[in-house]
Amino acid sequence: MMLRVQSRRRSKPLLQKLSELNWLIVIVVILIARVGFALLYSVAGGTVEPWAKKQVIRFVIGMAGMIMIAVIDIRLWMFLAYPLYFLSLVMLVIVSVMGQTGMGATRWINFGFMNFQPSELVKITLILALARYYHCLAKEEVGQYRRLIIPLLLIIAPVILVVLEPDLGTSLLIIIGGMSVLFCGGVRLWLFIVGLVAMVPAAFGAWGFMKPYQKSRVLTFLNPERDPLGAGYHSIQAKIAIGSGGIYGKGFMQGSQSQLNFLPEKHTDFIFTVLAEEFGLIGGISLIVLYVIVLGYAFITAMGARSQFARLLSLGIAVTFFLYMFINIAMNLGMVPVVGVPLPLVSYGGSAMLSLLAGIGFVLCAAIHRDMSISRGGAFA
Amino acid sequence: MVTYPDDQKYKLFTRRAGLISAGMLVLTSGLIGRMYFLQVVGQNQYKLLADRNRISLRLLAPTRGRILDRNGYGLAVNRTDYRVNIIPEQAENVEDTLKALNIILPVSERQKRRILRAVKRQRAFLPVTVAENLDWKTFARVNINIPDLPGIQPDIGLTRYYPEKDLTAHIVGYVGSVNKREIGRDPLLELPGFKIGKNGMERVLDLKLRGKAGNSRVEVNVMGRVIRELSRRNSIPGENLKLTIDRDIQKFTADRVRDESAAVVVMDVHNGEILALTSTPSFDPNDFNLGISQKKYDALLNDIRKPLINKTVQGEYPPGSTFKMMVALAALEAGVIDKDEKIFCNGTFQIGNTTKYGWKRGGHGFVNMVEAIAGSCDIYFYTIAVRVGIDKIHQMAARFGLGQKFGIDIPGEKSGLNPSKAWKRAARGASWQGGDTANVGIGQGYVLVTPLQLAVMTARLVNGGRAVMPRILMSNTDHINQNPAIIPYNRQHMATILKGMAAVINRPIGVAYAQRMGRKMERMGMSFGGKTGSAQVRRISKSEREAGVIKNYEKPWIERDHALFVGFGPLENPRYAISVIVEHGGGGSKKAAPVAKDVLEFMFVRDRRKAKKQERES
Repeated sequence: MMLRVQSRRRSKPLLQKLSELNWLIVIVVILIARVGFALLYSVAGGTVEPWAKKQVIRFVIGMAGMIMIAVIDIRLWMFLAYPLYFLSLVMLVIVSVMGQTGMGATRWINFGFMNFQPSELVKITLILALARYYHCLAKEEVGQYRRLIIPLLLIIAPVILVVLEPDLGTSLLIIIGGMSVLFCGGVRLWLFIVGLVAMVPAAFGAWGFMKPYQKSRVLTFLNPERDPLGAGYHSIQAKIAIGSGGIYGKGFMQGSQSQLNFLPEKHTDFIFTVLAEEFGLIGGISLIVLYVIVLGYAFITAMGARSQFARLLSLGIAVTFFLYMFINIAMNLGMVPVVGVPLPLVSYGGSAMLSLLAGIGFVLCAAIHRDMSISRGGAFA
Repeated sequence: MVTYPDDQKYKLFTRRAGLISAGMLVLTSGLIGRMYFLQVVGQNQYKLLADRNRISLRLLAPTRGRILDRNGYGLAVNRTDYRVNIIPEQAENVEDTLKALNIILPVSERQKRRILRAVKRQRAFLPVTVAENLDWKTFARVNINIPDLPGIQPDIGLTRYYPEKDLTAHIVGYVGSVNKREIGRDPLLELPGFKIGKNGMERVLDLKLRGKAGNSRVEVNVMGRVIRELSRRNSIPGENLKLTIDRDIQKFTADRVRDESAAVVVMDVHNGEILALTSTPSFDPNDFNLGISQKKYDALLNDIRKPLINKTVQGEYPPGSTFKMMVALAALEAGVIDKDEKIFCNGTFQIGNTTKYGWKRGGHGFVNMVEAIAGSCDIYFYTIAVRVGIDKIHQMAARFGLGQKFGIDIPGEKSGLNPSKAWKRAARGASWQGGDTANVGIGQGYVLVTPLQLAVMTARLVNGGRAVMPRILMSNTDHINQNPAIIPYNRQHMATILKGMAAVINRPIGVAYAQRMGRKMERMGMSFGGKTGSAQVRRISKSEREAGVIKNYEKPWIERDHALFVGFGPLENPRYAISVIVEHGGGGSKKAAPVAKDVLEFMFVRDRRKAKKQERES
C-alpha cells in the first residue's frame, strides 16, 4: 500500500508527460485563437497590422508557457500557490500606486514590451491559492466557520484593489471564480443562499459607489434606446450587426457594421459581434462549441483527478473561463450590461490571453497528474 | 476496493461540480437561444437597419436648363466655374498650405479666418471652398502648382451666368440660394450650394428649368466618408426654354432708351410673339447670382427710376391719348357718332359745373373722327365719351385686353384698371360721374394700363380684330394663338381708326407730323402709324393754368408727364405692334414716337436684308 502510494507520488519523466498531454485540447485552443487572428485581420481592413500580428506573437509565447506549466510537477504549483498569489497582489498594489491610466481606469503596469494587467493574473493565482487552502483542510474543518476567514480574505483583498481601479467587471469575475472554489470545496450550502440574498442590498449599496459611466452602462443595458447615439449606441449597433449577420453571415471581411466602423471596440470586447456578423449563427455556435470542448475537458479533469488541489484548480479555471465567455458573449448579445470582459483567447489583449493560457496550462497539468495523490500536508511533504 | 482518505470530500465535490456544469449548460443554451432570436427571427429587421446605416443616398444635382432667345442665343446659361477647395485631412497644415497658395491666389485675412473656421467645424475629409469664380489663368496656375500645395483640390463646377447682363434681366430674372421658407418636398433644395430661381422666368418656370435630381447610392462608414458607389441614377437636366424675344431687337431697343426710365414692348400682331420687352433702367442679374452686396442692393432699391421693377408688365400708367382709339371704337359701334360727323372744338369742354380744357389752346375747330385722332382732340373725345357712356367704353377696352392679366410667364404681371360703373361702386363706394367718363375719354382719370396691354391693344386693332394673346415662350403656348377669338366689331370702323393713326405720323394734321418721321420712313420704302399720348402725372391746378402753360422741362423730373406711343407698321398689312412709355418724358410725339420709329425701322431693315438673302439663296 505504501509502495503504491509512493510510486504515485513520484514524478513521471518529461517525455512521458508530453505524450500524456492532451493534444486535442491544445489543437482546440489553437483553433479558438485562430478565430481571433482571422477576426483581427478582418477588422483591420485586411491587414495584420495593428492587431493580428501582435496577437499571434503573444499567443505563441502563451502557448509555450501553457505547455511549460502543464508538464511541471503539480506539487510545485501547489507549493508556489501562495507566493504567486501574493506576487499578483503586490502587482495590483503597484498598479494602484503608479499604473498606466487609460479609459478612465488605471489597470496596467508597463513592462516595456507590453502593458500587463495584474487583475487578469490574479484571477488565476487566487484559484491556485484557494485550491491549495481547501486541499489542506480535512472534511470536518471545511465546515468550521473560522476556516472561512482566510479564503474570504484571499478573495476580498484583490477585489478591493480591482474595484478601486475601477474595474467592476473583473472584480465580479474574481468573486464568482473564487466562490466557485469555495462552493465545490464544501462550504455549507445555506451560506451561499444567505450570501446571494445579501447581494441584493449590496447591489443597491454599490449603486451609490458607482461612477457615472458605470451607472449609465447599467441604465443603458436596461433600456438601450434611452440614448441611442450616446451610451446605448454600442448595444444597438452590436445588435444590428449580429442580427444582420443572419444564419450564414455576410462573409469574411464583408461585415458592413464591422468594416465601416459602426461597431465600437470591435477588436476587443465586441469582437464576438464581428464573428456573428461575418460568419452568422453558424460561426457563433461553432466558436461556442470549441469553448464547450475546453470547458468539458476541464470538468472531466476535475471529476477524475485524485487530489483535491487538482480538482479545485481545474474547476476554478473552468468557471473563470466560462465566466469570460458567458459575460462577453451575453454583453455582445445585449443580455448583460457592457462590462470590460474580453472574449477568451479571441479578443485583442495580452494579459487576458496569457492568463487564460496559463489557466488552461494548469488544467492540462492537473490532467497529467490526475492520478497523483498529494498529502494534505502540502507539496513535497 | 481502495478508499481514499478524503472520500467524502470528493463525493461532495462531484455533486457540486455537477451542479455548476449544469448551470453553465443552461446559461450557454441561453446564449444560443438569444443568437437564434437575433440572427434567425430578427435577421430581416436587422439587415434593414444595417443597410440604413451603411447606405447613404447622395443627390446628383441636375444641370439647369438654359434660357435662349428665339434664334438660340443664350440669355441664361451655365458657365464653368473654376474653384479651389482644400481638403483638410490631405493638407499637413492648412495654414501652411494657404500661405503657399497666397503667392498664386491672394487669400485675404477674412477669407482665411472663414476657411479655418470651416475646417474646424467640418469633418476632415470634406472639402472647404477657398475661392470661387476664378479666371482660367489663375486656375491653371493653381493646377500647375498642385504638388506644392498639399490638400488643395481644383474643382470645376457650373454656375448660372447671364451673358447679356442687364439686357433681359427683367424677363429672365436670376437665381439665388434657397432660403428656409422655400425648402419644400424636393430634397434637391437642401443640397448645399443649390440655386433656385428668385425672379423673372427663372422663378416662374423654375420647376421646368430645374430638372430632376439623380442619385448615387454610396456606402459610407460611421463618419460619413464614402467608401464606394453602389449604384447611380443620373440626373435629368432641366428643360431649355426658347423665348420669342429676339436678342438683337431687344438690344437695339434697350440701347435706344438706355438713358431713360422707359418701357418698350414689341409684338408680332399675328401670333402674339413678343419680340422685345424692355424696361430701363435695368440691372445685372449676375450680381444677384454671386450674392449682391447690401450697398449695391440698396442703391437699386432706392433709385427713383426703379430699376428692379419690370415696367412693361408691372408699371401701371394712365394711357392718355393712346386710349382714344377705344373710345372712338366704342362710340362708332354704339352708333352715337358717325365717322364723318364734325364736332366743334374751341379748347374747352363743359360738363356739369366744371370746365375741362383740351391740350391745344384755342381748339381744333371742326373735326371729324380721323382728324380728331390725328390731332388728338380732347374736346372731341370728351364729347363722344360722354355720349357713349363708360360701360360701353369699358366693354370695348376689355375686348382689347385692357384691365386683364395675360398670364405671361413673367412674375408680377399687373392688370391695370379698366374702370366701369360697377367697378367704382364696388371699389370706391361712389357712383360714377359724368366727369369720370370725360376723363376716361382722354385716357386719364381712373384708367390705368401696362405697356404690355397697350401693345396687345394695338396688335388687336391692326390684325383685323383677332384677340391674340401675348406670349414670350416659344415652346409651350402655340395652341393659344392658333385660332384667336375674333373681336366683334365693324371692320369699316377699324379702317377709320387706322386711318386716324396713320395720319398722326404721316399727315400735316397729325400731332407727330412735325417730327418728319413718316417722310424719313417713306424715303426708305417703309411706313408706320400710331398714336401718341401724354399722361398727366399730376393734375394741373387752375391757378397754374391761369399763370400760363408750364413747360414740361420747367417741372421737376418726377412731376413731368409720361410720354406714350402705341404704333404699328407697315401701314399696309401691319406686322408689328409697339408700345413705348418714357416715364416723365414729356410729350409723346417728341419722346416716345421717335423710339418706336427707330425700332420699327431697325426691324424693317433687318427683315428686308433677310428677305434678300433668302432670295439670293433660292
